[in-house]
Amino acid sequence: MASTVSILPQVQLAALNETYRKAVVQRRLRSALAAAVFLAVLVVAAVGAEVNLRTLFTYFGNFVSYFDRILKLDSGARVWTDFGDWFWGWDKWLRMLGETILASYVGTLIGAVAAFALNFLAAENTSPAPWLRFVVRRLLEFARSVPSIVFALVFVIAFGLGPMAGVLAIAIHSTGALGKLFSEVVENADMRPVEGVQSTGAGWLSCMRFAVLPQVIAGYASYTLLRFEINVREASVLGFVGAGGIGQELVVAIRKFYYSDVSAILVMIVVTVFCIDISTGWLRSRLFGREGRA
Amino acid sequence: MSRPTAPDRAQYRMRYRDVFDRPASSRLAMPAMVMLATSILVFGLVDLDFSPARLWSGVHQLGWISLMMLPPDPGSSLPLYLKALGETLSIALLGTTLAAVLAFPVSLLAARNIVRSGVVRFPVRRFLDSIRGVDTLIWALVWINVVGLGPFAGVLAIAVSDFGALGKLFSEAIEAVDQKQVEGIRASGGNALHEIRFGLIPQVLPVIAGQVLYFIESNTRSATIIGIVGAGGIGLQLAEQIRVLEWQKVSFLILMILVAVAAIDWISSKLRFAIIGRRAVA
Repeated sequence: MASTVSILPQVQLAALNETYRKAVVQRRLRSALAAAVFLAVLVVAAVGAEVNLRTLFTYFGNFVSYFDRILKLDSGARVWTDFGDWFWGWDKWLRMLGETILASYVGTLIGAVAAFALNFLAAENTSPAPWLRFVVRRLLEFARSVPSIVFALVFVIAFGLGPMAGVLAIAIHSTGALGKLFSEVVENADMRPVEGVQSTGAGWLSCMRFAVLPQVIAGYASYTLLRFEINVREASVLGFVGAGGIGQELVVAIRKFYYSDVSAILVMIVVTVFCIDISTGWLRSRLFGREGRA
Repeated sequence: MSRPTAPDRAQYRMRYRDVFDRPASSRLAMPAMVMLATSILVFGLVDLDFSPARLWSGVHQLGWISLMMLPPDPGSSLPLYLKALGETLSIALLGTTLAAVLAFPVSLLAARNIVRSGVVRFPVRRFLDSIRGVDTLIWALVWINVVGLGPFAGVLAIAVSDFGALGKLFSEAIEAVDQKQVEGIRASGGNALHEIRFGLIPQVLPVIAGQVLYFIESNTRSATIIGIVGAGGIGLQLAEQIRVLEWQKVSFLILMILVAVAAIDWISSKLRFAIIGRRAVA
């Protein structure tokens, strides 16, 4: 191409260059300042968290060799050479895994029912009274911001060791989480059917049942399935504090250095979680199509 | 307002046959599903040793515990708890930062538009997936075995488990960039590193910053939890006080955690909006 690039006269160019330089300098200064503040915070945090690089370097070999050891049987052979020996406790572990899944199922269902009962009271557009909405919302907020393992710790003391404490912890946490999501679904619902039902002289309960529920039920089911997925993960570690399930076996294996057991249980947990993810994902897309997905 | 008269009804019935006379399969589907769900629930309740007596005595006990929690009172250990809270926040911040720093280069390897060959990409993706499949608490137990009890194990646990999650999110962000800017750099003679530095990073940095901030927020919660198994911070104090049944201290600690988490939420949402503007974080 034979076109020439036109260059501005020197005076104009100098002014423009100056402005550009200033803008760049200002931006650089700001990013440098932000980076410096961030670094300072990091250093303070590192001191607070007792970060010790020397420990890390000394023990990093341990971390790598830990994985070497959990993949070795007592006989010294690699785990995959002898599946029978690796998964020697498979029947017990499978039973515990079943208990974990059952506990998360029961917990999710109880939580979903409780959330269902509360969510119409918490949603902006359907709540019968503002004070009720405020109370219910704070309650749900509390239930979801306290981690389920903290509930489990307290419940283990109140209800005794065992899966019951885990189920209740999951149920309460799910109530909080699902209650919020459910009420958001309700807030997105179309209010015209409600007016229609209201105009026939129906009460609040009938309005919810016949005008809101048909719109939101698919969203509810989708979120509940998603929650079930999350709860299976959570339930597998609730055993750490004595709330039943496979976590109990895992924590014993880790603490007592039964290396090959650790890897065997981990493999079982990861595979189970993976299968449940896939199947609930399939179920959700099957039931509600793509738009119903969270 | 009058009920439809009898002939009317017959007419409606004729006109909306699919509403009045649904096939048995669609009428029975819902009750069948409810029955199935309920029967699994009942089986679960029996199998997991739920008994009304146990439930009742537990609720009774829980009532006592809640009464004993009031009023929340730190006793003389407030400075200790504040320090522990600081430790927890440090764990979250350091762990997430470490995870982000480690995850970025790896996420480049997992992004389709950077690494074309599946030979590298698939192993990297599966590697990230399997790290993500193991819970933070389990990582914490492993690191405690390696570097000993204390907050440092917590930092490493969060770093490793978030490395998996952030690696995946970053690679998705990278795959979503506008390829035209990268092509522009290539057209003006830039090499692969220039393409990444000037074509890619300016586009993905706001998204990544938003995600990292979000993770710092959610890790404040995770950091509390991993303390319970011995990885330092406020969770450790909480677990200890629950074990020795100091309920007033327990409720105080729970309140502290809730307030801290709410404060971090607030700060990070402000920062996030400042960085990426008012749009939803992916």
